[in-house]
Amino acid sequence: MLAESLALSAVLFTIGVVGVLTRRNAIIIFMCVELMLNAVNLTFIAFSRYYGTAGQVFVVFVMTVAAAEAAVGLAIIIAIFRHRQSVNLQNINLLKG
Amino acid sequence: MEQHYPLFYTFHFYFFGVVAIASALAFVTRKSPVAAALWLVNTMFSLSAIYVLLDAQFIGVMQVLVYAGAIMVVFLFVIMLLNLGHPSEIADVRGKWPVMVAGLIGIALLAELMAISGTKIAGRFQVPAGFAADELTKYGAVGSIARPLFNEYLLAFELTSILLLVAIAGAVVLGRRRDASAR
Repeated sequence: MLAESLALSAVLFTIGVVGVLTRRNAIIIFMCVELMLNAVNLTFIAFSRYYGTAGQVFVVFVMTVAAAEAAVGLAIIIAIFRHRQSVNLQNINLLKG
Repeated sequence: MEQHYPLFYTFHFYFFGVVAIASALAFVTRKSPVAAALWLVNTMFSLSAIYVLLDAQFIGVMQVLVYAGAIMVVFLFVIMLLNLGHPSEIADVRGKWPVMVAGLIGIALLAELMAISGTKIAGRFQVPAGFAADELTKYGAVGSIARPLFNEYLLAFELTSILLLVAIAGAVVLGRRRDASAR
């Protein structure tokens, strides 16, 4: 099941990347990043079956980082929304020059 | 490394794999953020079932508790708090050309990932066959993760607690109203 898991993980990661590139809603882009993290977790789990349980420990760390990232990122989105009344990235391009 | 799997196992693996991919596709194509979030929760549930099939029962439980239970609830809470439940009036999906370019990048990335996953991994990383299953029967689903976590990766574990503390402080500072400091 290693090859199948890796293929599934690759497909999910690609869907996440395409979502990040095509959407403009900051919250949906953020959720796409979570999907990419999930795809990487699946790779870790699939390999941990053949290369030792350390892979599952890394999944625990990835989940912790994802939780911290979600908390800080959503706080930033709330702060931006207070300023601009929008989370659409078309309205948040001040640094574009 | 190749072993024979019962039909029951194979069927459920493919079933949950197809559900995960279909839910992920539905997730990136939904206009409404709430619908997208719920499809993503469905993807995470299917992934948790696949984790259980891959002998990672504890991670499967953590997936449901932490990802589907905590992180996605925070997302839905923010969508509710900012009243973003309805599709936005400005086009959410980018124009025709960016979407086509993104699709091409996606196809290239997928081909690359498939090519990489086909390569052979050096034998020195490999543990003896059935090693993970032995660990599982010897220490249980939680013990086989806890042993490396609190031995080899103890420093990383402690640093993670600092990371969480910083994230809590950062979220509170960023989420505070501006005029609160003036008072």
